[in-house]
Amino acid sequence: MNYIYDLHRAMMAQNLIIVYQGEFTQETTKSILAMAERNLDSSGEESGIKRKVFNVMVESLQNIVKHSSEASVAAGSLVSQSAIFMIGKQPDRYSIMTGNPIKKSVTADLKRKLDDLNQLDKEGLKEMYKEIIKNTQISEKGGAGLGFVDMARKSGEKLEFDFPEMDAEYNFFCLKVNVAREG
Amino acid sequence: MEILKLEGTEDTPKIMLDKKNGIFEISGRSLPEDSAEFYRPVIEWIGEYGKDPNPSTEFTLKLEYFNTASSKLILDVLSALEDIKNMKIVWYFHEDDEDMEEAGQEFSELVEIPFEFKTY
Repeated sequence: MNYIYDLHRAMMAQNLIIVYQGEFTQETTKSILAMAERNLDSSGEESGIKRKVFNVMVESLQNIVKHSSEASVAAGSLVSQSAIFMIGKQPDRYSIMTGNPIKKSVTADLKRKLDDLNQLDKEGLKEMYKEIIKNTQISEKGGAGLGFVDMARKSGEKLEFDFPEMDAEYNFFCLKVNVAREG
Repeated sequence: MEILKLEGTEDTPKIMLDKKNGIFEISGRSLPEDSAEFYRPVIEWIGEYGKDPNPSTEFTLKLEYFNTASSKLILDVLSALEDIKNMKIVWYFHEDDEDMEEAGQEFSELVEIPFEFKTY
């Protein structure tokens, strides 16, 4: 039974206020958002920060929903259920963290895309956003290809990411997006 | 012309499109699972309206939050409105919501329609 206490201590040590692992759908997205909103409201968080956190949460959760549906078709429900979502709260920032399996074959492209985003400043991200929104069509998965750009804009910091190996076919895509708390 | 009216939910905005009474408004939160599907009737309605519009139209966008997939569809809505004569967009943002103000400015740079900015 020690793992209950171990997990609890790990969460406390990392200042995690929400951890969710399981199935990711629009319904769970709404529940997690409602839970996080209550948490931010009750802690009296400033409305601008709250909106940015909410924004990053929506994009990261809907990313997982889209990609897990794709993965579950490919590999059965185990893969779709192995995603994780967390929010950490430090005195100076919130961190919205996600982890989900992605095909090794798409890892290099995704890494390049995120590296490119991290090269851009505020103006550069704005230009990229406008460029994509003008030229994109909504994909079959319902994405506009704007999620990471938007997260980077709302964060104002570099996106942190890593791709540890899961097995022969999948990496685990870990993403951390920080939102600074002011004052 | 028929009124298009949808109540807002926790992930979809309220829609009110009423030619007779001159009310054209999208308000609330927009983060539907399928944004293209959600906005299809809105864009179709505007297409019909454009065939015989009122002498002038004030279209209100009063969004508290929208996700990136919705932002693409909002641009599609604006593009559909672009060809209607005497069109004006009234873009509301909460007085301390700089991101929503900036989003409105960006949309105004992407379409040829006058925008009026108002706080609430």
